[in-house]
Amino acid sequence: MSENGSEHAPSETGEERIAVSADSSQFQVAARHPRRVEKSAFVLFLVSVAAFAAFGATYVLGASDMVLGVLLAVGMLGFGVALASWGKYLMPRGPFEEYRAPMRTTEEQKKLLVSDFASRGKVAIERRGFLAKVMGVAGAVFGVVALFPLIRSLGPKPGKTLDTTPWKKGSYLTDINGRRLTVADVNVGGFVTCFPEDDIGGAMSQTVLLHPQTTDIVTRVGRETWAPQGYIAFSKVCTHAGCPVGLYEQATEQLLCPCHQSLFDIYSGCEPVFGPAPRPLPQLPLYIDSKGYLRAQAPYNEPVGPGFWTRGGEL
Amino acid sequence: MIDRLFNWADDRLALSRGGRHLLNKIFPDHWSFMLGEIALYSFIILLVTGVFLSLYFVPSEHMTVYHGPYLPIDGTKVSEAFASTLRLSFSVRGGLLVRQMHHWAANIFVGSIVVHLLRVFFTGAFRRPREINWIIGANLLILAIFNGFLGYSLPDDLVSGTGIRIAFSILESIPIVGTYLATFLFGGQFPGSGIIIPRFFIIHVLILPLLILGLLGAHLGLLVRHKHTQFPGPGAREDNVVGSPLWPVFAAKTTGFLFLVAGVSALLGATTQINPIWLYGQYFPWKVSYAVQPDWYMGWLDGALRVMPSWEIHFPGHMIPNAFFPAILLPGITFTAIMLWPFLEAKLTGEDRREHHLLDRPRDRPVRTALGAAIFAFYFVLFGASATDVLANYLSLSLNFVLWSFRIACIVVPLIVYPVTYKICKELQETPGAGKRKVHNIVVRDAEGGYHTIPAEEYPGFVGEEAPPLDVDRIDVLTPAGASEPTPGIYRIPRDYTD
Repeated sequence: MSENGSEHAPSETGEERIAVSADSSQFQVAARHPRRVEKSAFVLFLVSVAAFAAFGATYVLGASDMVLGVLLAVGMLGFGVALASWGKYLMPRGPFEEYRAPMRTTEEQKKLLVSDFASRGKVAIERRGFLAKVMGVAGAVFGVVALFPLIRSLGPKPGKTLDTTPWKKGSYLTDINGRRLTVADVNVGGFVTCFPEDDIGGAMSQTVLLHPQTTDIVTRVGRETWAPQGYIAFSKVCTHAGCPVGLYEQATEQLLCPCHQSLFDIYSGCEPVFGPAPRPLPQLPLYIDSKGYLRAQAPYNEPVGPGFWTRGGEL
Repeated sequence: MIDRLFNWADDRLALSRGGRHLLNKIFPDHWSFMLGEIALYSFIILLVTGVFLSLYFVPSEHMTVYHGPYLPIDGTKVSEAFASTLRLSFSVRGGLLVRQMHHWAANIFVGSIVVHLLRVFFTGAFRRPREINWIIGANLLILAIFNGFLGYSLPDDLVSGTGIRIAFSILESIPIVGTYLATFLFGGQFPGSGIIIPRFFIIHVLILPLLILGLLGAHLGLLVRHKHTQFPGPGAREDNVVGSPLWPVFAAKTTGFLFLVAGVSALLGATTQINPIWLYGQYFPWKVSYAVQPDWYMGWLDGALRVMPSWEIHFPGHMIPNAFFPAILLPGITFTAIMLWPFLEAKLTGEDRREHHLLDRPRDRPVRTALGAAIFAFYFVLFGASATDVLANYLSLSLNFVLWSFRIACIVVPLIVYPVTYKICKELQETPGAGKRKVHNIVVRDAEGGYHTIPAEEYPGFVGEEAPPLDVDRIDVLTPAGASEPTPGIYRIPRDYTD
C-alpha cells in the first residue's frame, strides 16, 4: 500500500486499519473521459424515459405488440447501458479486495460440534431408547404409505393396454369422418389414414391404408391373404418413438417417419430399411367383404408402436 | 424520514450488524462472471412474463370450436389450451409480446446456464470447496431443460404434441418401471385420459419453478459463503477476492445488466417470431408435420434419437427398446458424469485436495480443456444431427448420406478435437504474453526516419500497470484535504476529476 501514499492508522477495534488518501488511483473513475460518459448516460436515461412513456401511451391507445415491444426494449436497453456504464466508468475503479477465510475449520471446532451433537443426542436417545425405536418404525411406515396415494392414484396400471388396440376381427376400416372405406375409396397410389369404427381418431389404432397395385401383395410367408387386390394396411405408429408414419413415397413404395427419418419398405412388410426404427410396422390383415368394404381379418398380431419392457414375444 | 425508517427497521432487524460487510462483498470484474447473471436475470424475466401468461392460459385438453381474429382456422375444432394460447396472443393487448419474450427468455435461460457451466468447467471453478455448488448447478440445468420442454408443450399444437408423444415413448422405454411411469403420468395408454396438459401445466408453473428457486437460493447462498473465485492477476491470492464492491459499483453494473437482458428479451419478443402455433395447428395424434425441430436445448436428444442405430435388446418376455439408449441412458450418463467430474478429476490427477479459489487458465490444464472440448464437440454434433432432414433438403443431399455423416462425425469429431485442443493449449503456454492484457504502445517515427515504440501515456482506467487492491474491510479514506479525520469505508467517491 505504501506506494499509494497511504499511511497506517490504528482503529478502535484494535485491528489495524489503513488510511488511504482519496487521491489514490483506486478511487479514481475508470473512464478516460468521464464527462463524455456522463453525457452519454444522461442522454440514454432520457431516451429510456421517453421510450417508457411512449410504451405507456401506445399501450393505452392499443398499438401493435411489435411497437410495444420495441419501445419496451429501447427503454430497457437505454436504462441498462446508462446504469451499467455509470457503474463501470464513473465509480471507483479499484481494485478492491476482501479477505477470504478458508472453508476448512479447525480440528477443535469440529470436535466441539461433533461431541456436542453426539453427547447431547446420546443422553436424550439412550434414556428413551424404546421411544426412538417406535418413532423410527412410525416414520418408516409413513414414508412408505405416503407414496401410495401419490403414485397409485395418478393413473391406471399399464396392464395389457399397451399390447392391444381396438381393432377386432371384422372391424371396418373407417376414415377420420367415420365413413366406412370401400375399394372404390382408394385409388392406386392412394394413402388413407383409417381407424376402427369405435376408435375414430385413436392414437394407437391409427392405420395407413395403401393401394400400391391391383393384385394381391404377399409381404411375408403366412401373410398370403392379408393384402387382397393390393389393398394393404400397416400401423401408423412408428416402432421407434411413436410418431405417425405420415409420409408415403410412391416412387419407392416406402413410408417415412418425419420425426427421426425411419424408412419402411412396404413390399417387405414395412421392414425398416433406414434410420433408428428397430422393428417393422405391424401389418393389419385385410379382407374385402361382399359389399366391397375393407375390413380387418383379425386384430394386429403384435403390440403396435414403440417398444416397452414387457413387450417381449420375439427374439 | 429515511433515517427514521432505517432506524425503525434496524432496531428490529439489526441490519447494521453485518450489513456493512455485505455492502463490501467483492465481485471480480472479469466478463465471464456475467454468464451466470444472464441465467439469473432471464429466470426473473421468465417468472414475471410467466405470471402474466398464467392469467390467460387455460390448461385443458377439452375440445372447443375456435372463433377469433385468426381467420384461417376460424370454426375449426381446437383444444382449450390451443384456443387460449391464440386468445392471449391475438386478443390480449401485449400478450403476444409477453408470450414471445417468455419463450425467448427460456431459450436464453438454458443457453446461459450451459455457457456458464462451460466457463466453470474450463476454469476449474468446480474444484474444492465448490463441488456441492457444481452439483446444484448441474441440477438447475436439468430442471431448466425439463421446464423448457414442459412449457413449450403446453399450447397443445401439432409440433409440441408430437414431442409429448415421443416423451411417452421415452418414458415407456425405461426397463421395469417405464410402462407404469408412462400410464401413471398420462392416465393410461397414450394419449391418456386428457390430463397431460393440466399436469404439465402445474409442473411447469409450480413444482419445477419452486425447485429451481430453492436450488437457485442455495446456489447463490453458497456463492456468498465461498466468495467468488478469481483469475490469477495482480494482487489476487487464494485468501482474498479482488474486484468491485457490491455497493455501489457492482450494484450499478449488475442492475444495468438486468435491464440489458430484459431489453434483449423484449427486442427478440417484439421483432422475432417464435413458436407460431397457429401455423402448426392443433395437435391430433394421427397428424404430423415435416422438418420440425424441438427447442435448441432438446436438440442433442433429438439428434441422439436419430443417429442411434436400430438396435434393441430382446430377451424372453422382455425387451429394452431402442429409445432407451439415446433418450434415457445418454442423458443419464451425461448428467451423472457432470456431477461426478470434480471428484473424478481430483482422483484421476491424484492431485492435492486443497481448496482452490484461483481459477485455471484453460491452456494451463490441457488435458481437462481438451477433454471438455472433445465431449462438448460430441454433444454439438448430436445437436447438429437433429437437423438431418433439414440439412438433406437444404444441401440437396440424400438423407442416408447426411445421417451416416453424423453417425461417423459424432465419433470422429471428438477424436480430432481432443488432440487439436491439446496442441493449441500447449502452443499458447509457450507463447509469451498470449492472451495477456495488452499495454497500449505508440509507434513514432523520428526525424531520421527510424521507428520507435514507446508506451502510451497513463490515464485513469489505464490497464497497463494496475494499482494493488485495497482491502475494503480495513480502509479508511482520508478526506482530500488530507486531514485528520478519516472517513470509514470507501463511500467517499471523489468527483472532482478533470476532463
